[in-house]
Amino acid sequence: MGQVLFNGLYTGAQYALIALGLTLIFSLMNVLNFAHGQLYVLGGFVTYYVYGRMKLPFPVALVASALTLALIGYLFQTLLFRPVMRRSVRDESTMLLSAGTATMVESLVLIFFGEKHRGVPAVISGVYQIEGVFLPKGRLLVIGLSFLFIAVFILFMRYTRPGRALRAMAQDAETACLMGVDTERYAILGWALAAMLAGIAGAMLVPISGVNSGLGNWISIKTFIMVMIGGAGVVSGAIAGGLALGMIESLGYHFFPGGETYLIIFAGLIVFLAVRPNGLMGKAVG
Amino acid sequence: MKKLKTAIGVAFFLAIYLVLLPWLFRDQPYRLGILTTSSVLSLISAGVWLMFYIGRINMGQGGFALLGGYVSAVMISKLGVSFWLSLVGACAITVVVSILVGLPLLRLKGVYFSMITLSLTETARLAAQSFPSLTNGSRGILNLPLPGALKVAGFTIIPDFNTLDKHFAFYYLGAFLTILGFAVLYRVVNSRLGWLFRSLQQNEDLASSFGVNVPWLRVIALAICAAFAGAGGAFFVATQQSIYPATFTFQDSTYFLLYCFLGGLGSVWGALVGTFVLFLSFEMLQGLNQYQPLIYSLIMISMMLWLPNGLLSLKWPFSRSSVEPAAKPAIKPAIEEERP
Repeated sequence: MGQVLFNGLYTGAQYALIALGLTLIFSLMNVLNFAHGQLYVLGGFVTYYVYGRMKLPFPVALVASALTLALIGYLFQTLLFRPVMRRSVRDESTMLLSAGTATMVESLVLIFFGEKHRGVPAVISGVYQIEGVFLPKGRLLVIGLSFLFIAVFILFMRYTRPGRALRAMAQDAETACLMGVDTERYAILGWALAAMLAGIAGAMLVPISGVNSGLGNWISIKTFIMVMIGGAGVVSGAIAGGLALGMIESLGYHFFPGGETYLIIFAGLIVFLAVRPNGLMGKAVG
Repeated sequence: MKKLKTAIGVAFFLAIYLVLLPWLFRDQPYRLGILTTSSVLSLISAGVWLMFYIGRINMGQGGFALLGGYVSAVMISKLGVSFWLSLVGACAITVVVSILVGLPLLRLKGVYFSMITLSLTETARLAAQSFPSLTNGSRGILNLPLPGALKVAGFTIIPDFNTLDKHFAFYYLGAFLTILGFAVLYRVVNSRLGWLFRSLQQNEDLASSFGVNVPWLRVIALAICAAFAGAGGAFFVATQQSIYPATFTFQDSTYFLLYCFLGGLGSVWGALVGTFVLFLSFEMLQGLNQYQPLIYSLIMISMMLWLPNGLLSLKWPFSRSSVEPAAKPAIKPAIEEERP
């Protein structure tokens, strides 16, 4: 059982990191980013090339993934989302745009990196064993790093000037704009940060379970589940949702080795949302 | 005057659709098949369009279509029922499921609803894989027979497809279903129900304060939407004579949205126009193999950039646009255009 909980913590910590990025974009701009899973996969591939092929140290790969994805987030906002949001009055447009972006990123990844599953050697090998529970060092590192990045993100949002501006924007973009927040620039920052979080999560995945180009949609769907459990647009909700899904998934795979886990999760989610439409910590969304 | 114009337009369209196109492609079964598929897809998209009409974004249409397809396939292969009965069964069960699922889920608004319906698509796929005794798991159900004869009181209304040219038979069946579907859609939208739906699109709270039974209306809309998906799914499976869990996926669900959007949300014919234009142009790019999805997504993106209100928002030369004004935003955009 301890093993199951440990696995849950490991997946959950990673999931929380992904869900944070999605929630950030959602609360800042009301955009549901369907391409989030694909960004995560892209982060994984950057790490695969920098760490696995070019044999540079893992921290370098981590930074490279983060920076590449931040750049992509920047391009997304300036080239795609900003013009569309300016011109169209409907929310659906940005949703469809992000769905299109998801397909684009996925097919580009497929064209450039192929469909093979890619793995790299572990960053650190070795296993701790505490009371019959195996704790691989690599996984402990992922848990540690995930929580570190989550903590850094929260501190950044709480105590720095751009963080405060982002929070103001998430609360009420119009008022924030009137108060002198340059919403366009902060929208770019928000996108860059969100993509970066996805990239970091992707980078940490590769040494343990590898990466392939078809993962994206499934990760996006999982992220939506996390966000629905926790509540859309709330940082605490994203973290809670991520950890919760990680735990549930780990328990599910333990009790149902077949493929039924996610079927049960979906059924449970429908019941849960019937009771709490705004998730655990969400505020009512119009 | 406007009615006459519409009637002429519809007659013109029917002449092309039912006579000219099949005649042009009489020796090209492959092309005819593509047109048939476009018909089915536009039928399924019509459901998504109706959900747009009440202000919801339904990303679960692929799931409903898959459900319809599997119901039909299981009824034919396990129960030995005729295709025609299974078509009715597929519609009925999809509608029942959509009502059961819709009652709790339709309470969710905006993005929440989209996220959960997206998961429904995935749920349908997983369910198809998880009950191999019924669905053969990921191997799918293969070798479904062609639809047999449809007889009512001794009269053969539709002859056995084995005795006909199956491409033509499927083309006309698909055309019939699509015309029926869009007639229903047109009737629904231009009726009292349509007005009520429009009130939901504008402002649900206000509508409910005027005594409109909002939850009930939403369920009705979803049920109609699911019926289209069920019929479309069952028909598609009949043309393919097989079904797999991947017959309709997440990707298809978003494509249905794209079809509606490309055609335009202002007019009932949006889903039809969008599907035909996009699916046919996509088929013309067949030779591009791996670049196909890339180009598809580029079309999707550039459409959002340059034509956010759909093809039908383009003005025809020499006529005033008959398209209704675009839907009001359900939620205010977070960033306004003007900045101080």
